Amino acid sequence: MRKAFLPLVVVLMALYVSALLLIARAPFESTMGLVQKIFYFHFPPAVLMLLSAIFCGLMSAAFLIRKRQAFDRIALAAAELTVLYGSIALVTGPLWARKAWGVWWVWDPRLTMSFLMWMIFVSYLILRKYGGPGSETLSAGLAVFGMANAPFVYLSVNMWRTMHPKTSVVPTLPVDFATPLWVSFAGFLLLYIVLLTARVRIAEQQALLDQLYVDSDL
Amino acid sequence: MTSFWRAVWLVVRKDLAVEARSRELLFTTLFFALSCVLIFAVAFVREGKPLGEAGDAAAGILWIAIAFSGTLALGRTFERERYNDTLRALMLAPVVRPAIYVGKLLGILALLAATEIVTVPLVALLFQARLFERVSLMAALLVAGTVGFACVGTLFAAMLARARSRDVLLPILLYPVTIPVMIAGVRGTGALLDPEPNIAMAQFWIVLLLFFDVVFVTLALWTFEPLMTD
Repeated sequence: MRKAFLPLVVVLMALYVSALLLIARAPFESTMGLVQKIFYFHFPPAVLMLLSAIFCGLMSAAFLIRKRQAFDRIALAAAELTVLYGSIALVTGPLWARKAWGVWWVWDPRLTMSFLMWMIFVSYLILRKYGGPGSETLSAGLAVFGMANAPFVYLSVNMWRTMHPKTSVVPTLPVDFATPLWVSFAGFLLLYIVLLTARVRIAEQQALLDQLYVDSDL
Repeated sequence: MTSFWRAVWLVVRKDLAVEARSRELLFTTLFFALSCVLIFAVAFVREGKPLGEAGDAAAGILWIAIAFSGTLALGRTFERERYNDTLRALMLAPVVRPAIYVGKLLGILALLAATEIVTVPLVALLFQARLFERVSLMAALLVAGTVGFACVGTLFAAMLARARSRDVLLPILLYPVTIPVMIAGVRGTGALLDPEPNIAMAQFWIVLLLFFDVVFVTLALWTFEPLMTD
């Protein structure tokens, strides 16, 4: 707990500062007004979800090759965080869409793709939980397939007309919008790292405990 | 290399021989595909005509029937191996593991091909869909799509054969991963069924499916060994 103190303070500060920035400093967007501020909570988790999915796939591939438990623990933590960040993005997205487009959900490429990636990693967790012994290897296989699937999902859903703003708007944002966005992004990234480390640590302790139980002559 | 294909052939022959005796999988899969068509006909037909643009409903129903009945066949194939405790024997066979995978995949493909030979004309007949106007493109879509679905499905069904609650887990894992196949199949078929068939669009989807097949067959061959080792 003591070791976690400093990182937690840093994460809290980053998220707090970003909240202040986006409430007080970020200007109102001309057409969408207040609701546009959801953007600062929507974009960072959405991007981090995809990065996390790829990270989980890579760690799972490493686990399948090297058979080292450490990779598997990181992959599990990454999968859980993919679902967590995906859930944030999938909740904040419709809230914004209702105001901007008038509907909660449209079957637009980017939405469909996020939803699918989220589904794949939920199924990863389901497999992990209900698959019984040996499911860590099986879920590693699933994560590798899920990662390899991303470009195909992207290509195939992109053939539908898109409504969602392109990611290319982000570098061209005026500085008033961009500063809070990147502070918020940094906050979510730091939160990700802290949660990942904590989750891996829990898994390590769990494995250690299991080992002790096996070793004891009870 | 020849020993590889010999092993593949032996696995295929074994599966076909077992199937030829009982015909359990063929009949259940086929009838399940028909039930799917019936259920979706109830949902997507109004006043005797399929809903939506020409062929949209037919394309969707056809691919849903393939995916659903394919899942059933995949589950049953490995359930049979597990029930008779022959999966272990198969894994103990002194051949390279990918050969077993390829053999199983070909067996499933043969079964699905047999199902499609009945389902496709039936859908064409029941929904007045002109599925046979561009036979080569339609066949390419079906082959590439079925291979894409089955190559992921065979791996997942094989690895789940040892897992708990495998019956529920297979569709849960398989459908999200094979969504590109479904989109490509439905959209490609839809493009062919338009009053003015969109050939370029259909070709795009076939190419996408071929890429999907290459990537996922390669991945499955690579992961089959580590996934099937305890």
